[in-house]
Amino acid sequence: MEYPDQFNQEMSKNKAVHVYFSQAIPLVSYIDESCLFLKEKKCDICRGVCQADAIDFTQTKRKLDINVGAVILASGIKPFDPGVNDKYGYKKFKNVITSMDYERLLSSTGPYEGEVLRPSDKKHPKKIAWIQCVGSRRVIEGENSYCSGVCCTYTQKQVILTKDHDEKAECTVFHNDIRSFGKDFERYFKRAEKLPQVRFIRSYASIAKEVGKTENVLVRYATPSDGVKEEEFDMVVLSIGLNPPADYEGLKDKFGIKLNSHGFCKVDSSNPIETTRPGIFVSGAFQGPADIPESVFTASGASAQCGELLDYRRDKLAKERIYPQERDVSGEEARIGVFVCHCGANISSVVNIPSTVEYASTLPNVVYAREQLFSCATNSAQEITDLAKEKGLNRVVIAACSPRTLEPLFRDTLREAGLNQYYCDMANIREHCSWVHSRQKEEATLKAQDIIRMSVARACYLEPLQEFDLPVNKTALVVGGGIAGMTCALSIAEQGHEVHLLEKNKDLGGMARRLHTTLEGLDVQSFLDDLTGRVYKNPLIHVSHEATIKDVSGYVGNFETLVKTEGRVKKIKYGASVLATGADEYKPVEYLYGENHNVFTHLELGEKIANRDETIVNAESLVMIQCVGCRNKDRDYCSRVCCSHAVKNALKLKEINPQMHIYILFRDMRTYGFREDAYREASDKEVRFIRYDPDDKPQVEAVEEGGKSVLRVTVPDSILGQRLELDADVLSLAAAVIPSASTMEIAGQFKVSLSPDGFFKEAHVKLRPVEFAADGVYLCGMAHYPKHIPETINQAYGAAGRVLTLLSKDTVIASGSVCEVDDKKCIACGACIQACTYGAIEFHGKKQNQKALVNPVLCKGDGLCNAKCPTGAIVLKHFTDEELLSQIDAAVEKDKIMQ
Amino acid sequence: MCSGRVDLKFILRAFLNGQDGVFVGGCRLGECNYTTHGNYDALNMTHLCKKIMEYIGLDPERLRIEFMSGADGILMAKITDSFTSQVKELGPLGKKEGIQRKKLKSKLEKVIKLIPYIKLSKNEKLGKHFDNKEEYNELYTIEEIENLFNEIPSYYIDREKCQACGICKRKCPVDAIDGKKDLVHIIDQEKCIRCGTCFEACPSRFAAVTKILGRPVPSPVPEEERIIVRKSKEKGAKTIECSKEY
Repeated sequence: MEYPDQFNQEMSKNKAVHVYFSQAIPLVSYIDESCLFLKEKKCDICRGVCQADAIDFTQTKRKLDINVGAVILASGIKPFDPGVNDKYGYKKFKNVITSMDYERLLSSTGPYEGEVLRPSDKKHPKKIAWIQCVGSRRVIEGENSYCSGVCCTYTQKQVILTKDHDEKAECTVFHNDIRSFGKDFERYFKRAEKLPQVRFIRSYASIAKEVGKTENVLVRYATPSDGVKEEEFDMVVLSIGLNPPADYEGLKDKFGIKLNSHGFCKVDSSNPIETTRPGIFVSGAFQGPADIPESVFTASGASAQCGELLDYRRDKLAKERIYPQERDVSGEEARIGVFVCHCGANISSVVNIPSTVEYASTLPNVVYAREQLFSCATNSAQEITDLAKEKGLNRVVIAACSPRTLEPLFRDTLREAGLNQYYCDMANIREHCSWVHSRQKEEATLKAQDIIRMSVARACYLEPLQEFDLPVNKTALVVGGGIAGMTCALSIAEQGHEVHLLEKNKDLGGMARRLHTTLEGLDVQSFLDDLTGRVYKNPLIHVSHEATIKDVSGYVGNFETLVKTEGRVKKIKYGASVLATGADEYKPVEYLYGENHNVFTHLELGEKIANRDETIVNAESLVMIQCVGCRNKDRDYCSRVCCSHAVKNALKLKEINPQMHIYILFRDMRTYGFREDAYREASDKEVRFIRYDPDDKPQVEAVEEGGKSVLRVTVPDSILGQRLELDADVLSLAAAVIPSASTMEIAGQFKVSLSPDGFFKEAHVKLRPVEFAADGVYLCGMAHYPKHIPETINQAYGAAGRVLTLLSKDTVIASGSVCEVDDKKCIACGACIQACTYGAIEFHGKKQNQKALVNPVLCKGDGLCNAKCPTGAIVLKHFTDEELLSQIDAAVEKDKIMQ
Repeated sequence: MCSGRVDLKFILRAFLNGQDGVFVGGCRLGECNYTTHGNYDALNMTHLCKKIMEYIGLDPERLRIEFMSGADGILMAKITDSFTSQVKELGPLGKKEGIQRKKLKSKLEKVIKLIPYIKLSKNEKLGKHFDNKEEYNELYTIEEIENLFNEIPSYYIDREKCQACGICKRKCPVDAIDGKKDLVHIIDQEKCIRCGTCFEACPSRFAAVTKILGRPVPSPVPEEERIIVRKSKEKGAKTIECSKEY
């Protein structure tokens, strides 16, 4: 029976028995409500064909009582449904789809296997339009007033991918502000914008109608130069925003938490991970619209806060495995056992298993071969263990699936048999064979035999390798005593670990010392006082003031740092470090800054507002200029915080002096998320927002007007088509957030890398957003990229969560598959040192007789050095030349080798 | 293991084994999960390999590198199909190129022997990373490869100068130097990988190792003539000084 596939947005069919999608975790098949047997007791074919007898129709919903100490709500979001408003034409016109639909079209596991076909005639659309802000930034019943924060960038991604699919495709994006506020997003936008036949048009756009037989879609929009226009597109993609999770009211009632006015979880900006109910935490976009990296670090952050509550119970339910003594087989000739897996029918329906087993047993050094229904099943693993002992096997080849998923299991099986785990090799006859050759059974069988022969050849050369346990020093080092560093240090200490907190200044607090309020209404100074108080009172936190780092050495779990602090030098030993060194404010050279005493930066303005400075609060007219010192050639990024900063200051000033004329000159207003409401409020309170073009920037001059000196700001107004002259008493500049001066030096000391803009570079933008590629070193706060206080706090908890995954262990395991140098063969050419990005290789020995030496703890086993070494002196263990060449040789049957 | 671990040797060995085509697969460029981005190294190395193939008369199209992610199964199938049909069209190794198997084999064996020299000479270039894939196309030129193979150095120990100090023998990474006390050292040209370590190691006051370019290596000193007669023997004291170093 076929039913619309929900994962593919119902654009293709799936069956009642299915896996949700090909990369689902756990990757198991299940039966859903569309099953005929469940509905009408009519069919149970699946039960008949299942060899493992795994289908059970009697299963029903069960109610479970689980006792827990903390709860994390990670319910995510629900995509906005454009069906609520007829004007979007969704489901009315065939070729109007949502960005979620389009995402599936682009995917290789999507409805048309990665081909972009439009719904009406399954043809490749040549001309595609995206309409931004669908369901977002609109105060209309059923839609959302806030900005969903992710749509600008995901649309740019879709444009780039569309051009990858079809370089002739014409892509048009109808947008409002381009909100590329994330790390590296500005460059990404430019990349999309520069592609040929790609247009970004700033205009509201509406779906006018479907065009006759072609079923194309007519889009109506307006530009300042051409007025209202209509244009036909083959397909229109609605860039839909994020709604709160489907059952947000239910979540509220079940968990006894409060929601904000938009239906997202109500949180306090001093700790956005905590709900209004103690012990219940929230991560991901239920906090408010968020992209993947933020969701990932708020998840780690939520785990850290659970840890603070439950650390005393950590590892109480864990049991230690005890393995039998490892047998030394290094002197023996290779005795290989080959186990060929049916994988149910996955392999055996294509590959002839009995003949493959028979073939395997004829191979050199193979002393035993047999088939198994599921090699990964518990009884099969036991069988492998038993047979290894009984037959005296010293190498095992598992001919089954990709090592990616199950190699750890089979390595474990070998350990159970008293063999070194590196004596295991997997021959992938499923992904590399049966799955891709389902219609060529004979050839597939021969190929399976080839793969096994290669694996057996390699197995002969496998060597026992030792993974080593490195003890973990349970102390942490946090560099930087701002909000990020203090929050992170406190969370680590609350989970029972000592923390050394280094601050370069005399006082804790960092950049936040200069902030007074946030848009969310946080009183920053009293929050900061509370935070520093808690840091000083915590007996596990040791603060070093006026600290400079002299030297860093060691590796994951065992670092050592020399710190100069308040006139003395101390040595700190620790297992993990967090770099939270913050950022600096750009000192503008533009717009008379530093020349005229009425020109300030937003930070300075905020301080003066807090002090109720007369010049400021009594000003008749105040102009703000956005994007000063960034989004330009020198700094090709958006400082993220300044738009909200400007709106915050404007609102505060309007509150104090409602008569003040305030003008904000901007390029794109980037008040993403719920900050959009404040932007709207400012606009309602008659703060005037004037867009300027970077090619025609505002001009500022100091002039005398009506007997007083004013700052005359001239700016072209694109809507009115004329130049505006604004006479301001005060000018405030959105000065860029720039990497802190010490970033470069610290990066060198900790051997971590920097992004092109000079901020710290995380190991992986999405998967490892608070870790460096160097093990045991983490990051958070503005040192990573400019961000608001709640975001900094989220990330600081996130880093604490990751630190705890390391510090809560007694040891870390270093892989045995690392590089090693044969001194005799090393000619000290340095090629390996150059190739290693982990700094794991250094020269050692006297100058005349230097040799390369690998620090196995830093080596990640990529083997780049091995490929560069001219003499074969450096060897990646487990992937040696010998092992790999034996496989290459075995790929050809002996008699076919070139004579 | 990263695609950057794929060695020049692996590819040439596969051809030596008679494979008609070799395919290298790596992760998508720019999407490395680590900081290494070793797939650029793999890309770089295949470009060098293609030029070497061209030099020895093999169609470089027999080698292909492609980049894809774990979710690109369909792309992988497409690429595999296209490469397979391309290699089928090219036919058995050497046939279209018009090289006899025997000749091809000896050519490949010769190149494989020279891999240490190639890696050393091109070390700097092999480590180059460009953001743009196309930039690699221009990285190696056929003239460059011709020069590379025309300028293969040999090393030879001058019987007149060698003092049998043993330094070169100790330092040779492949044990290609034979010698003992008072016996002129000899480089086994078959074993030698032309790394020049002996040339660098020989004390400058002896300068016994010579680098030979573009002419045949003199035949080794006959066994019976290898004994070194030291003039300095007569001068007594100086001998002791020297022998300390030996």
